Amino acid sequence: MKIVFLVFCLFGWMAPVQASIEAYQFESAEMEADYNQLVNELRCLVCQNQNLAGSDADLARDLRRETYDMLNEGKSQQQVIDFMVERYGDFVLYRPQFKSTTYLLWLGPFLLLLCVLVLLVRRLLTAAKPEVDAEAVARAKQILDSKESNQ
Amino acid sequence: MNRFILPLLGFILMVGLLGYGLRLDPKLVPSVLIDKKAPAFSLAMLEQPSRQLATGDMIGQVWILNVWASWCVSCRAEHEVITALANRNLVTVVGLNYKDEPADAERWLQQFGNPYATSVIDRDGRVGIDWGVYGVPETFVIGADGMIKYKHIGPVTHESLEQKIMPVLEELLG
Repeated sequence: MKIVFLVFCLFGWMAPVQASIEAYQFESAEMEADYNQLVNELRCLVCQNQNLAGSDADLARDLRRETYDMLNEGKSQQQVIDFMVERYGDFVLYRPQFKSTTYLLWLGPFLLLLCVLVLLVRRLLTAAKPEVDAEAVARAKQILDSKESNQ
Repeated sequence: MNRFILPLLGFILMVGLLGYGLRLDPKLVPSVLIDKKAPAFSLAMLEQPSRQLATGDMIGQVWILNVWASWCVSCRAEHEVITALANRNLVTVVGLNYKDEPADAERWLQQFGNPYATSVIDRDGRVGIDWGVYGVPETFVIGADGMIKYKHIGPVTHESLEQKIMPVLEELLG
Protein backbone atom coordinates (compact mmCIF):
# COMPACT_ATOMS: atom_id res chain seq x y z
CA MET A 1 0.00 0.00 0.00
CA LYS A 2 2.82 2.33 0.95
CA ILE A 3 4.60 1.56 -2.32
CA VAL A 4 1.49 2.37 -4.31
CA PHE A 5 1.24 5.68 -2.49
CA LEU A 6 4.88 6.49 -3.15
CA VAL A 7 4.57 5.65 -6.83
CA PHE A 8 1.49 7.83 -6.96
CA CYS A 9 3.45 10.70 -5.41
CA LEU A 10 6.21 10.22 -7.93
CA PHE A 11 3.81 10.57 -10.83
CA GLY A 12 2.29 13.64 -9.30
CA TRP A 13 5.72 15.18 -9.21
CA MET A 14 6.59 14.20 -12.75
CA ALA A 15 3.59 15.72 -14.49
CA PRO A 16 3.94 19.51 -14.41
CA VAL A 17 0.65 20.97 -13.38
CA GLN A 18 -0.67 23.33 -16.02
CA ALA A 19 -2.97 26.04 -14.78
CA SER A 20 -2.67 28.30 -17.80
CA ILE A 21 -6.15 28.51 -19.11
CA GLU A 22 -5.73 30.87 -22.00
CA ALA A 23 -6.08 29.12 -25.34
CA TYR A 24 -3.44 30.77 -27.47
CA GLN A 25 -3.24 30.07 -31.17
CA PHE A 26 0.28 29.47 -32.38
CA GLU A 27 1.49 29.91 -35.94
CA SER A 28 3.88 27.03 -35.69
CA ALA A 29 4.70 24.09 -33.48
CA GLU A 30 8.11 25.62 -32.73
CA MET A 31 6.52 28.78 -31.44
CA GLU A 32 4.26 26.76 -29.19
CA ALA A 33 7.25 24.78 -27.92
CA ASP A 34 9.15 28.03 -27.29
CA TYR A 35 6.16 29.44 -25.43
CA ASN A 36 5.75 26.36 -23.28
CA GLN A 37 9.43 26.27 -22.44
CA LEU A 38 9.40 29.96 -21.48
CA VAL A 39 6.35 29.86 -19.24
CA ASN A 40 7.75 26.78 -17.55
CA GLU A 41 11.12 28.38 -16.90
CA LEU A 42 10.03 31.87 -15.90
CA ARG A 43 9.10 32.40 -12.31
CA CYS A 44 5.90 33.98 -11.12
CA LEU A 45 6.68 37.00 -8.95
CA VAL A 46 3.53 36.95 -6.90
CA CYS A 47 3.32 33.30 -5.88
CA GLN A 48 7.02 32.87 -5.73
CA ASN A 49 7.42 29.16 -5.87
CA GLN A 50 5.50 28.67 -9.06
CA ASN A 51 6.40 29.20 -12.66
CA LEU A 52 4.32 31.30 -15.01
CA ALA A 53 2.66 28.22 -16.45
CA GLY A 54 1.51 26.97 -13.08
CA SER A 55 0.30 30.21 -11.62
CA ASP A 56 -3.16 31.65 -11.71
CA ALA A 57 -2.02 35.04 -10.41
CA ASP A 58 -3.07 38.09 -12.36
CA LEU A 59 0.50 39.14 -13.02
CA ALA A 60 1.41 35.65 -14.23
CA ARG A 61 -1.44 35.83 -16.70
CA ASP A 62 -0.22 39.21 -17.92
CA LEU A 63 3.32 37.94 -18.29
CA ARG A 64 2.08 34.91 -20.25
CA ARG A 65 0.24 37.30 -22.54
CA GLU A 66 3.41 39.39 -22.88
CA THR A 67 5.41 36.24 -23.69
CA TYR A 68 2.87 35.19 -26.29
CA ASP A 69 2.73 38.65 -27.86
CA MET A 70 6.50 38.89 -28.10
CA LEU A 71 6.85 35.47 -29.72
CA ASN A 72 4.03 36.38 -32.09
CA GLU A 73 5.95 39.48 -33.11
CA GLY A 74 8.82 37.22 -34.11
CA LYS A 75 10.99 37.85 -31.05
CA SER A 76 13.34 35.09 -29.99
CA GLN A 77 13.26 33.18 -26.71
CA GLN A 78 16.35 35.06 -25.58
CA GLN A 79 14.66 38.39 -26.27
CA VAL A 80 11.70 37.40 -24.09
CA ILE A 81 14.07 36.35 -21.29
CA ASP A 82 16.01 39.62 -21.61
CA PHE A 83 12.73 41.56 -21.47
CA MET A 84 11.77 39.84 -18.20
CA VAL A 85 15.22 40.16 -16.63
CA GLU A 86 15.38 43.85 -17.55
CA ARG A 87 12.23 44.42 -15.52
CA TYR A 88 12.27 41.88 -12.74
CA GLY A 89 15.93 40.91 -12.48
CA ASP A 90 17.48 37.46 -12.33
CA PHE A 91 14.77 36.57 -9.88
CA VAL A 92 12.41 35.58 -12.70
CA LEU A 93 14.76 32.92 -13.95
CA TYR A 94 14.35 29.42 -12.63
CA ARG A 95 17.55 28.65 -14.50
CA PRO A 96 19.93 31.45 -13.49
CA GLN A 97 22.45 32.70 -16.03
CA PHE A 98 26.08 31.68 -15.69
CA LYS A 99 27.88 34.88 -14.71
CA SER A 100 30.22 36.24 -12.06
CA THR A 101 27.53 36.56 -9.37
CA THR A 102 26.23 33.04 -9.97
CA TYR A 103 29.52 31.13 -10.33
CA LEU A 104 29.24 29.92 -6.75
CA LEU A 105 25.66 28.84 -7.32
CA TRP A 106 26.53 26.79 -10.39
CA LEU A 107 29.93 25.50 -9.31
CA GLY A 108 29.33 25.25 -5.55
CA PRO A 109 27.88 21.73 -5.60
CA PHE A 110 30.80 20.44 -7.69
CA LEU A 111 33.23 22.17 -5.36
CA LEU A 112 31.56 20.52 -2.41
CA LEU A 113 31.71 17.16 -4.18
CA LEU A 114 35.40 17.68 -4.87
CA CYS A 115 36.05 18.48 -1.19
CA VAL A 116 34.22 15.36 -0.10
CA LEU A 117 36.12 13.25 -2.64
CA VAL A 118 39.45 14.61 -1.44
CA LEU A 119 38.52 13.89 2.18
CA LEU A 120 37.28 10.42 1.25
CA VAL A 121 40.44 9.51 -0.67
CA ARG A 122 42.62 10.78 2.16
CA ARG A 123 40.66 8.75 4.67
CA LEU A 124 40.75 5.60 2.52
CA LEU A 125 44.49 5.92 2.04
CA THR A 126 45.16 6.17 5.76
CA ALA A 127 42.79 3.27 6.42
CA ALA A 128 44.65 1.11 3.91
CA LYS A 129 47.84 1.46 5.90
CA PRO A 130 46.81 0.78 9.47
CA GLU A 131 49.37 1.71 12.05
CA VAL A 132 50.56 -1.46 13.70
CA ASP A 133 52.58 -1.81 16.79
CA ALA A 134 55.79 -3.56 15.71
CA GLU A 135 56.19 -5.14 19.12
CA ALA A 136 52.72 -6.72 18.92
CA VAL A 137 53.50 -8.18 15.51
CA ALA A 138 56.66 -9.71 16.81
CA ARG A 139 54.79 -11.24 19.74
CA ALA A 140 52.06 -12.61 17.51
CA LYS A 141 54.67 -14.11 15.27
CA GLN A 142 56.39 -15.67 18.23
CA ILE A 143 53.13 -17.25 19.46
CA LEU A 144 52.28 -18.58 16.04
CA ASP A 145 55.75 -20.00 15.59
CA SER A 146 55.69 -21.71 18.96
CA LYS A 147 52.26 -23.25 18.18
CA GLU A 148 53.54 -24.54 14.88
CA SER A 149 56.53 -26.15 16.53
CA ASN A 150 54.21 -27.79 19.12
CA GLN A 151 52.34 -29.71 16.49
CA MET B 1 39.18 16.91 21.34
CA ASN B 2 40.64 18.03 18.05
CA ARG B 3 38.26 15.94 15.99
CA PHE B 4 35.28 17.83 17.40
CA ILE B 5 36.52 21.28 16.50
CA LEU B 6 36.01 21.04 12.74
CA PRO B 7 32.41 19.71 12.88
CA LEU B 8 31.63 22.26 15.60
CA LEU B 9 32.95 25.10 13.44
CA GLY B 10 30.93 23.77 10.52
CA PHE B 11 27.85 23.64 12.70
CA ILE B 12 28.31 27.19 13.96
CA LEU B 13 28.83 28.42 10.40
CA MET B 14 25.67 26.62 9.30
CA VAL B 15 23.61 28.10 12.16
CA GLY B 16 24.98 31.55 11.34
CA LEU B 17 24.06 31.25 7.68
CA LEU B 18 20.60 29.84 8.38
CA GLY B 19 20.02 32.49 11.04
CA TYR B 20 20.92 35.18 8.54
CA GLY B 21 18.65 33.57 5.96
CA LEU B 22 15.74 33.65 8.39
CA ARG B 23 16.03 37.39 8.70
CA LEU B 24 15.81 38.00 4.96
CA ASP B 25 12.44 38.62 3.39
CA PRO B 26 12.03 36.05 0.62
CA LYS B 27 9.25 38.12 -0.90
CA LEU B 28 11.54 41.04 -1.57
CA VAL B 29 12.70 41.10 -5.17
CA PRO B 30 15.58 43.54 -5.50
CA SER B 31 14.74 46.05 -8.18
CA VAL B 32 16.96 46.11 -11.20
CA LEU B 33 15.65 49.54 -12.11
CA ILE B 34 17.53 51.53 -9.48
CA ASP B 35 19.74 54.14 -11.18
CA LYS B 36 18.19 53.27 -14.53
CA LYS B 37 16.06 55.54 -16.64
CA ALA B 38 12.41 55.46 -15.62
CA PRO B 39 10.51 53.43 -18.23
CA ALA B 40 8.60 55.83 -20.44
CA PHE B 41 4.83 55.96 -20.44
CA SER B 42 2.13 58.26 -21.69
CA LEU B 43 -1.15 57.52 -19.97
CA ALA B 44 -4.55 59.10 -19.60
CA MET B 45 -5.24 60.92 -16.35
CA LEU B 46 -7.92 59.51 -14.10
CA GLU B 47 -9.50 62.89 -13.43
CA GLN B 48 -9.42 63.99 -17.07
CA PRO B 49 -9.15 60.97 -19.37
CA SER B 50 -8.76 63.26 -22.38
CA ARG B 51 -5.42 64.52 -21.04
CA GLN B 52 -2.26 62.48 -20.89
CA LEU B 53 0.71 62.53 -18.60
CA ALA B 54 4.03 61.34 -20.00
CA THR B 55 7.24 60.55 -18.14
CA GLY B 56 8.89 63.19 -20.36
CA ASP B 57 6.69 65.88 -18.77
CA MET B 58 8.27 65.18 -15.40
CA ILE B 59 11.90 65.69 -16.48
CA GLY B 60 13.49 68.45 -14.45
CA GLN B 61 11.72 67.70 -11.20
CA VAL B 62 11.99 65.12 -8.49
CA TRP B 63 8.78 63.12 -8.31
CA ILE B 64 7.21 60.08 -6.78
CA LEU B 65 5.21 57.41 -8.52
CA ASN B 66 2.95 55.51 -6.20
CA VAL B 67 1.32 52.40 -7.65
CA TRP B 68 -2.12 51.91 -6.18
CA ALA B 69 -5.50 50.34 -6.85
CA SER B 70 -8.90 50.47 -5.22
CA TRP B 71 -8.86 46.68 -4.82
CA CYS B 72 -5.57 46.81 -2.93
CA VAL B 73 -6.03 46.56 0.82
CA SER B 74 -2.49 47.61 1.75
CA CYS B 75 -2.94 50.76 -0.34
CA ARG B 76 -5.60 51.79 2.13
CA ALA B 77 -3.10 51.23 4.95
CA GLU B 78 -0.42 53.42 3.36
CA HIS B 79 -2.89 56.06 2.17
CA GLU B 80 -2.40 58.30 5.19
CA VAL B 81 1.37 58.10 4.85
CA ILE B 82 1.24 59.04 1.17
CA THR B 83 -1.11 61.88 2.11
CA ALA B 84 1.33 63.08 4.77
CA LEU B 85 4.14 62.98 2.22
CA ALA B 86 2.10 64.89 -0.37
CA ASN B 87 1.14 67.50 2.23
CA ARG B 88 4.77 68.37 2.78
CA ASN B 89 4.77 69.79 -0.76
CA LEU B 90 8.33 68.68 -1.35
CA VAL B 91 7.76 66.70 -4.52
CA THR B 92 5.00 65.90 -6.98
CA VAL B 93 3.28 62.65 -6.09
CA VAL B 94 1.81 60.90 -9.11
CA GLY B 95 -0.43 57.86 -8.72
CA LEU B 96 -0.34 54.94 -11.09
CA ASN B 97 -3.79 53.43 -10.90
CA TYR B 98 -2.90 49.83 -11.62
CA LYS B 99 -5.37 47.39 -13.20
CA ASP B 100 -8.38 49.09 -11.76
CA GLU B 101 -11.83 50.17 -12.83
CA PRO B 102 -11.67 53.97 -13.22
CA ALA B 103 -15.09 54.32 -11.53
CA ASP B 104 -13.90 52.30 -8.52
CA ALA B 105 -10.69 54.29 -8.42
CA GLU B 106 -12.53 57.63 -8.38
CA ARG B 107 -14.85 56.42 -5.64
CA TRP B 108 -11.84 55.30 -3.62
CA LEU B 109 -10.22 58.73 -3.93
CA GLN B 110 -13.45 60.45 -2.95
CA GLN B 111 -13.84 58.24 0.08
CA PHE B 112 -10.30 58.46 1.42
CA GLY B 113 -9.06 61.73 -0.09
CA ASN B 114 -6.80 62.32 -3.05
CA PRO B 115 -3.14 62.89 -2.19
CA TYR B 116 -2.00 62.69 -5.82
CA ALA B 117 -1.22 65.61 -8.10
CA THR B 118 -2.74 63.31 -10.66
CA SER B 119 -3.28 59.61 -11.15
CA VAL B 120 -2.72 57.95 -14.50
CA ILE B 121 -4.61 54.90 -15.65
CA ASP B 122 -2.76 51.67 -16.32
CA ARG B 123 -5.78 49.57 -17.07
CA ASP B 124 -4.12 46.46 -18.48
CA GLY B 125 -0.99 46.65 -16.31
CA ARG B 126 1.48 46.96 -19.19
CA VAL B 127 3.18 50.01 -17.74
CA GLY B 128 3.31 48.14 -14.45
CA ILE B 129 5.24 45.36 -16.19
CA ASP B 130 7.65 47.92 -17.67
CA TRP B 131 8.27 49.29 -14.19
CA GLY B 132 8.76 45.81 -12.75
CA VAL B 133 5.70 46.08 -10.52
CA TYR B 134 4.80 42.75 -8.98
CA GLY B 135 2.89 43.71 -5.91
CA VAL B 136 0.79 46.72 -5.11
CA PRO B 137 1.48 49.15 -3.52
CA GLU B 138 4.91 50.10 -4.78
CA THR B 139 6.53 53.50 -4.58
CA PHE B 140 9.26 54.88 -6.82
CA VAL B 141 11.38 57.99 -6.30
CA ILE B 142 12.48 59.52 -9.61
CA GLY B 143 15.17 62.15 -9.88
CA ALA B 144 15.11 65.33 -11.97
CA ASP B 145 17.27 63.51 -14.52
CA GLY B 146 14.53 60.95 -15.05
CA MET B 147 16.38 58.16 -13.25
CA ILE B 148 14.75 55.88 -10.69
CA LYS B 149 16.53 56.48 -7.39
CA TYR B 150 14.61 54.34 -4.99
CA LYS B 151 11.87 51.75 -4.97
CA HIS B 152 9.76 50.80 -2.01
CA ILE B 153 7.83 47.55 -2.22
CA GLY B 154 4.72 47.15 -0.13
CA PRO B 155 2.91 49.76 1.95
CA VAL B 156 4.96 52.77 3.03
CA THR B 157 4.83 53.20 6.78
CA HIS B 158 5.67 56.35 8.73
CA GLU B 159 8.98 54.71 9.69
CA SER B 160 9.94 53.73 6.16
CA LEU B 161 8.96 57.21 4.96
CA GLU B 162 11.28 58.87 7.46
CA GLN B 163 14.10 56.35 7.34
CA LYS B 164 14.18 55.33 3.69
CA ILE B 165 12.31 57.73 1.43
CA MET B 166 13.00 61.09 3.09
CA PRO B 167 16.82 60.70 3.04
CA VAL B 168 16.66 59.94 -0.71
CA LEU B 169 14.42 62.96 -1.28
CA GLU B 170 16.61 65.24 0.82
CA GLU B 171 19.66 64.22 -1.15
CA LEU B 172 17.90 64.77 -4.46
CA LEU B 173 16.43 68.11 -3.46
CA GLY B 174 19.77 69.22 -2.05
